Amino acid sequence: MGFIKNYNFLIRKLHSLTGLIPIGVFLLEHLITNSFALGGPEAYNQRVEAFQNIPFLVWIEIIFIAIPLAFHTILGLYYVYLAQNNVLQYKYYRNYMFYLQRVTAIVTFVYVAYHAYTARIGRAFAGIEISYEFMNNILSQPLFFIIYFIGLLAAVFHFSNGLYTFAISWGITIGPKAQKTMQTICTILFIILTAIGTAGLIGLAA
Amino acid sequence: MAEFIHLKIKRQNGPNESPRWEEFKVPYKPNMNVVSVLMEIRKNPVNAQGQKTTPVTWDCSCLEEVCGACTMIINGNVRQACSALIDKMPSQVITLEPLSKFPVIRDLKVDRSVLFEHLKKVKAWINIDGTFDLGPGPRVPEKERRWMYEISRCMTCGCCYEACPNFNARSSFIGPAPLAQVLRFNNHPTGAMDKEARLETIMGDGGITDCGNAQNCIEACPKKIPLTTAIAKLNRDTTLYSIGRWFNR
Ligand code: HEM
Ligand code: SF4
Ligand code: SF4
Ligand code: FES
Repeated sequence: MGFIKNYNFLIRKLHSLTGLIPIGVFLLEHLITNSFALGGPEAYNQRVEAFQNIPFLVWIEIIFIAIPLAFHTILGLYYVYLAQNNVLQYKYYRNYMFYLQRVTAIVTFVYVAYHAYTARIGRAFAGIEISYEFMNNILSQPLFFIIYFIGLLAAVFHFSNGLYTFAISWGITIGPKAQKTMQTICTILFIILTAIGTAGLIGLAA
Repeated sequence: MAEFIHLKIKRQNGPNESPRWEEFKVPYKPNMNVVSVLMEIRKNPVNAQGQKTTPVTWDCSCLEEVCGACTMIINGNVRQACSALIDKMPSQVITLEPLSKFPVIRDLKVDRSVLFEHLKKVKAWINIDGTFDLGPGPRVPEKERRWMYEISRCMTCGCCYEACPNFNARSSFIGPAPLAQVLRFNNHPTGAMDKEARLETIMGDGGITDCGNAQNCIEACPKKIPLTTAIAKLNRDTTLYSIGRWFNR
């Protein structure tokens, strides 16, 4: 605990940074890649194969995704615990967003744990290749489609709203007007990312 | 208007006693505020059931919303009792509670000394004492002066602390008001001499990074101190300062 106290500034800054780079960048890449499924199984499998050919893929995944995500998640859960939410008393727009940032943190955490296990870790250990058919088996079941859709909404909200707070945490948007503009940009981003993500899910479910 | 003002007050006999609710009916007079209603109870401490009780304890001083002493939770929202006008409130039961984030001394009176401790921590002052005459201070541009004046209106009332989800018993967050004061004194040409010490303080445990940008503070602040702008600006200052510090090691 002494370490956390002494390096609080650095740790908080790294938590904020990892949310955007690399995790946020990965989320964008992931959703765009998946949306190729809308073009049919071949288009999707082609994309996925291109990724499988990246050298040292497992190491890249561990260093640039798994470790930053674990760091962001563990600290994030601690930050969720530190807040005492009061949306019922103070019904301000940003307060709802602050609360939803924490709700979506938990939902994303549960979803990512499930999704990473079934679609990546467990699958790899079972020796199954990722493919359109593999995802289609899962997503053609309405219940799993809904689970994936909820996971998508939570992750995309958490990322979009996180971008708004990121811009404040790093002193990029300072005045109220700049923050308001950022708010609009993040809302539009949320809608666009939800559309791209949903397209991927529909493509994989068909 | 009703004949009586109906109040529900959360009372507590001492710091470690358990709270209880007591109701009061105070005869209505025009132009009353919450402080004058509490004064009526003090004159005649009888509760709504007609039983004799102890007078309700509360804090107040200026009676014009500039000292912050009378801050309490009125109908679920944090505000000053002296500027809470009865005629402007919905005619229902008025609930009064002490601030929840500070230790209760008795009834509606709380100990807000943590606010002053935090102001001391960030050196919310300008060093002008010397063993000889230091002469007149540097001139301040009008634009700067206006901005500093905005922040200097803070009355350490604690509304922003009460509304901030990240200030609570679990966290060690320094809170919104002292952060704004850091910016105010760092902007002053003489105060800027202690700029680095202030930035170092708010980069420590419970410092500025513990703000989660709920932005409740500015909504709750009765003086509309530009808290969120100050926090964002200090985020920039501390980030740049920390990078500079690393390269200057
Ligand atoms: C999986 C579990 C996750 C948990 C428990 C979690 C938790 C949190 C929490 C509590 C915050 C707010 C921190 C604060 O304001 O003090 C936050 C911010 C953020 N998160 Fe996450 N998060 C998770 C996953 C993700 C993912 C997958 C992404 C990217 C897509 C992400 C991106 C961000 C961003 C960009 C921020 C804003 C940082 C800032 O305000 O400076 N998070 N996270
Ligand atoms: S922006 Fe939110 S978390 Fe930060 S000080 Fe204000 S109320 Fe607290
Ligand atoms: S910033 Fe506003 S709410 Fe906070 S203590 Fe000062 S006057 Fe009160
Ligand atoms: S008595 Fe000073 S603010 Fe109410």
